[in-house]
Amino acid sequence: MTDTFPSTTLAASRTEPVLHLAEVSRVHGQGAAQVHALRTVDLRVYPGEFVAVMGPSGSGKSTLLTLAGGLDSPTDGKVLVEGQSLGDLSRKRLAQVRRRSIGYVFQDYNLIPALTAAENIMLPRELDGISSRAARQEALAALEEVNIGELADRFPDDMSGGQQQRVAIARALIGDRRLVLADEPTGALDSTTGEAVLAVLRTRCDAGAAAVMVTHEARHAAWADRVVFLRDGRLVDETGRQDASTLLLTAATNSLNGPVTE
Amino acid sequence: MSIRHGLLALLDQGPRYGYQLRVEFEARTGATWPLNVGQVYTTLGRLERDGLVVPDSEDEEGHLFYAVTDKGRAELRSWFDTPVPRTSPPRDELAIKLAMAVTVPGVDVHAVVQAQRRHSIKALQDYTRLKARALAGESTSSEGDDRSDLAWLLVLDQLIFQTEAEVRWLDHCETRLAQYSERQADLPAPSAASDAPKARRRTRA
Repeated sequence: MTDTFPSTTLAASRTEPVLHLAEVSRVHGQGAAQVHALRTVDLRVYPGEFVAVMGPSGSGKSTLLTLAGGLDSPTDGKVLVEGQSLGDLSRKRLAQVRRRSIGYVFQDYNLIPALTAAENIMLPRELDGISSRAARQEALAALEEVNIGELADRFPDDMSGGQQQRVAIARALIGDRRLVLADEPTGALDSTTGEAVLAVLRTRCDAGAAAVMVTHEARHAAWADRVVFLRDGRLVDETGRQDASTLLLTAATNSLNGPVTE
Repeated sequence: MSIRHGLLALLDQGPRYGYQLRVEFEARTGATWPLNVGQVYTTLGRLERDGLVVPDSEDEEGHLFYAVTDKGRAELRSWFDTPVPRTSPPRDELAIKLAMAVTVPGVDVHAVVQAQRRHSIKALQDYTRLKARALAGESTSSEGDDRSDLAWLLVLDQLIFQTEAEVRWLDHCETRLAQYSERQADLPAPSAASDAPKARRRTRA
């Protein structure tokens, strides 16, 4: 059996994947202490696709995401973002791709404490040479998108965990990011706020972006088009889309014929 | 499933006829538990027998309207005031299947768990799509539909949380299985004791 799962959702599509992990492996440590975090994983994520990655702790979920985001390099295989192999890029160029094409939402937000919410979001845009005024406009729009427009001038320390996470998500969404990577983005949020954030990611993907989200919560993974399962560093299974009406019918039949009415 | 109380709750808002009850019941629950008109009339018949509803009036088209009685209203209040009983958990096929899977030799428990997980997550994806649609519609619906939409959202959320609980339990089962396998691996080579039941079985056969 191979560890290759071609996209079922868009298999017929001729579009290039936004993200392609091509037979990627990552080994940590050496000799007897070697840990195979990922073993020949092949994953393609297409424009408009929202993919969730699930698996037990230590299965390689976070490693997959850091490799996709160019924060770490594979021991074997290639990571391609919009067709460019990240390993072939100069440091400067890699930084540029990470800034312009990839939005990354960290588990612990990673906001800069000395900057306001809006400034945190503007930073990557200003590094790209966009005027402060234009960048602030974009930042305000991104904050509106996650429903915290009124917090633009607050500092991270004056915000709740949930608010900080929404700022981090706004930062990942700003500009024309084609790829959004999120590591447990709803961890600190209550269920309806988390839902709102997932709806934002969903909308972004429906508008053509690609997203990969690592989560251990099935309820959150369910917002994705495709859920892939990792175990011991391998992709072992995945779900695709299914016709909603078929399923509801099944659910209805089950409840009617199930033990409740017996 | 309490169709009885569902119908009483609807009749509490004014007299209604059978088909109308069916439509309103399904609107509030998103047709998750479809009713056929026959079920509605059977239930109305029982409610009438028990003195909880009475036939009220008939319109020009011959629809027979039913109204709730004082006794019916008291029954409905007590339904709302009493928690849904948890004393005898409904039989759960999945729990039974896993209980059997871990004890029947030659069953790949991990495969059973993963197949179920994939299936349940697909179900979650479908419910979530319906919810996303319902949430999007929430802002555009007229005021009259509002309460029905809210009711449908709550039913969807229930389906989602219940399915999620199942997936979490599957995750937990795998962790427990892994711990168990580790403990087994740590044990010294199979002892005479563990061979005993097998030997006994052989002699009996």
